[in-house]
Amino acid sequence: MVWQVTEQVEEERRVHRTGELFGQFETMDQQRESASLGMWVFLVTEVLFFGGMFMTYTLNRSTYPGIFAEASRSIRLSLGAINTVVLIGSSLTMAMAVWASQAGKKKLIPLFLIGTLALGTVFLGIKAVEYHDKYVEHHIPGPSFSFEPGADVATNAHAQLFFSLYFAMTGLHALHMIIGAGLLLWLLRESLRGRFTPQYNTPVELVGLYWHFVDIVWIFLFPLLYLIDRH
Amino acid sequence: MSEHHIVSPKIYFAIFAALMVCTGLTVWAAEVDLNHIFSGMNVVVALAIATFKAALVVLFFMHGKYSSKRTQMVIICSVFWLAVMLFMTMSDYLTRAWS
Amino acid sequence: MSSIPSTVGNELPNEHYLNATYGIRSWLLTTDHKRIALLYLASVTFFFFIGGAFATMIRIHLLTPDGYLVTPETYNKLFTMHGVAMIFFFLIPSIPAVLGNFLIPLMIGAKDLAFPKINLLSWYIYLIGGCFVLYSFSTGGLDTGWTFYTPLSSVYSNSAVTPAVIGIFINGFSSILTGLNFIVTIHTMRAPGMTWFRLPLFVWAHYATSVIFILGTPVIAITLLLAGLERMFHLGFFNPVLGGDPILFQHLFWFYSHPAVYIMILPAMGVISEIIPTFARKPIFGYSFIAGSSIAIAVIGFFVWAHHMFLTGESSYAALTFSLLSYLVAIPSAVKVFNWTSTLYKGSISYDTPMLYALGFIGLFLIGGLTGLFLACLGLDIHIHDTYFVVAHFHYIMVGGAVMGYVGGLHFWWPKITGRLYPEAMARIAAVTLFVGFNLTFFPQFILGYLGMPRRYHSYPPEFQVLNVMSTAGASILALGYLLPMIYLIWSMRYGRIAGRNPWPATGLEWATDSPPLTENFDKTPEVTWEPYDYSNRPDLGLEVGQPSLAPAHGDD
Repeated sequence: MVWQVTEQVEEERRVHRTGELFGQFETMDQQRESASLGMWVFLVTEVLFFGGMFMTYTLNRSTYPGIFAEASRSIRLSLGAINTVVLIGSSLTMAMAVWASQAGKKKLIPLFLIGTLALGTVFLGIKAVEYHDKYVEHHIPGPSFSFEPGADVATNAHAQLFFSLYFAMTGLHALHMIIGAGLLLWLLRESLRGRFTPQYNTPVELVGLYWHFVDIVWIFLFPLLYLIDRH
Repeated sequence: MSEHHIVSPKIYFAIFAALMVCTGLTVWAAEVDLNHIFSGMNVVVALAIATFKAALVVLFFMHGKYSSKRTQMVIICSVFWLAVMLFMTMSDYLTRAWS
Repeated sequence: MSSIPSTVGNELPNEHYLNATYGIRSWLLTTDHKRIALLYLASVTFFFFIGGAFATMIRIHLLTPDGYLVTPETYNKLFTMHGVAMIFFFLIPSIPAVLGNFLIPLMIGAKDLAFPKINLLSWYIYLIGGCFVLYSFSTGGLDTGWTFYTPLSSVYSNSAVTPAVIGIFINGFSSILTGLNFIVTIHTMRAPGMTWFRLPLFVWAHYATSVIFILGTPVIAITLLLAGLERMFHLGFFNPVLGGDPILFQHLFWFYSHPAVYIMILPAMGVISEIIPTFARKPIFGYSFIAGSSIAIAVIGFFVWAHHMFLTGESSYAALTFSLLSYLVAIPSAVKVFNWTSTLYKGSISYDTPMLYALGFIGLFLIGGLTGLFLACLGLDIHIHDTYFVVAHFHYIMVGGAVMGYVGGLHFWWPKITGRLYPEAMARIAAVTLFVGFNLTFFPQFILGYLGMPRRYHSYPPEFQVLNVMSTAGASILALGYLLPMIYLIWSMRYGRIAGRNPWPATGLEWATDSPPLTENFDKTPEVTWEPYDYSNRPDLGLEVGQPSLAPAHGDD
């Protein structure tokens, strides 16, 4: 009993000394709980943030189902499908990074983080190829937009609506990926310094949550943007 | 200390495999004409698969299954409010033709 | 905790959050929630006076039916900028970011919010958003109405819409981060013994408000972002010419902006729930119902938004549903009013300044709330939609409700914030002035609206002049009612009498520490062993039960 208490006191001193415990918290548990709840609440706002776009998408697709299907078919399915695999793969490596930090495999953490980062970069690269396709095909909304040669004004306008949503949704998603990549770089630096232990790994866990959320958004974007009535 | 649950890598790989299968399935389903069953069947199937995949990610990759009741409540809230926005807005558009 | 005499002390504590460190850096880089609250206090006051200046010009313009003062275009800009400044930059952050920020950690016995740096960040985000909006105001102004309806905002308006939209988009993240901080803090930072049902009702109200911040604000952010993109790149999301749907903008806009009304009123209700039991010397009647009704208002508030759109061509079935759901909000609101009134019943009431504001709030909120029911009524709304009736209704809620709560709360916690009392006699005069000025300004507008005067018009038929002159006259009294507290509160920061820990006395945990508090709030983490608002079991307050003579200490009598 006495031994336990001294260990506790010792631990308390350690976390204060190393700066792992911020001043406003009493215990590491409280800090961990707050951080994790904070991240989840943040993700709720993200759900509704993307939600507004999904709402706009839903209404417009239900108004113009035919043209949305046609416009969707103009995007290369293979790129979207590969990207889905890549992104889910990056979620796996991220989950593994969290596992490594929890299980105390200090050497593995940076490896899995690099894996996640690499897959994320591949995703963005493929995205860029896809954007380039759209640029070549004059599918970027704006004055030079033209859905297909000889399309009438209404078709053009409605197809542009699809591509506006396509760029807004994938663009916002890509922005989240870029922010995520920045967070991963930071984690990588810290993990190379050996900061993450089974006792202290909240940052890895939180960035993980964020990364998986971005993955989920893509899981919905993929069928909604690439897979409209491909038959 | 907290009941910190460490999910084993085996589960992660199993989930990853399931997600891959679902991705294949959703691509395949989009190329089959399901709309003759009822119009919009293709969308329903695509969204059902996406929702299932998202649920797998939330429950296992994000540890939703092992989280506290509070965290699960937060997750449910986000889905619920998203649904409120989608359904109540669409309720306006879809009932306009009735009158 | 030692027994605290409830008399007025003679000296400020030696060390407190205001004198812990000095210099401009210690303020601009502070992570102390109390200092951040004061930063917010200064900045929301700034925007309040900007919005107030526009309101003044509107009222002067409406003195004459033909509108000689400004051109119709300028008039459009005046009411738009008044709305944008007041709603997004004053009302929404006012009570949560100032009083909530200052008090929530104190009330729950925490050292700070859960994320102090994020708290500071949210103030900077607010400032950046504010700069964009000020830029818009000063380079061509804004004439779309605070609602930014498309395609006026996204295509046709010639005013500086883009910077304003960007500013409000940015400012949204300030609200989101504040809400996030509050939710996490209330969940994880409560002192030992501070169970959920021992939380002050102010904290419950802020929890409900934060839920709206979290769920609603991202939607307005993305909506304004889409409208902004539409304007910048000529896209068609909400533009019917390009196949988009302008009604969708309204749906998304009101999905946030209706609950936003509850962002403004719920914290004020929290303030009132603190003031009433303190000055009635009674435990609050129906604690759990008031707490629950805050949550209920926040939740139901999300199901009613399309009652702003009855005249847009919305489906009549949807309109019927939204109308019915809108009536539901009346239930938790009425629960609150009944409970406050029951708390007053047989209480030993003293009419101190905060209490005057609280009583004023109850009356004005009642009028504002009941006229809201008129507007929720499908048939009646067709008649009074977009008339001055609506203007009067929401000013009763927002000014009569939210601002009364805010000013009342500032007075109530002023001794805690500054350690000093404001001059009581002067403050009572100001409270009465405010109440009279407010009613004279806005009650005539109910009549004007019912008679058919539309809102947002630059001129009006001569027969409406008498009521408009009354309204303008009231506005000048109202302005005096705002300037007075501004002057004496600043004066009292230096010359007010020392308040001591608990001048009223009140039961909350925030009163158990020094005034002004230490940077860490408490010497040691407090342990809560008492129920909320329980005067009869608190010998430490120095009160004898049922002794009306135990009136609270005053500043100058």
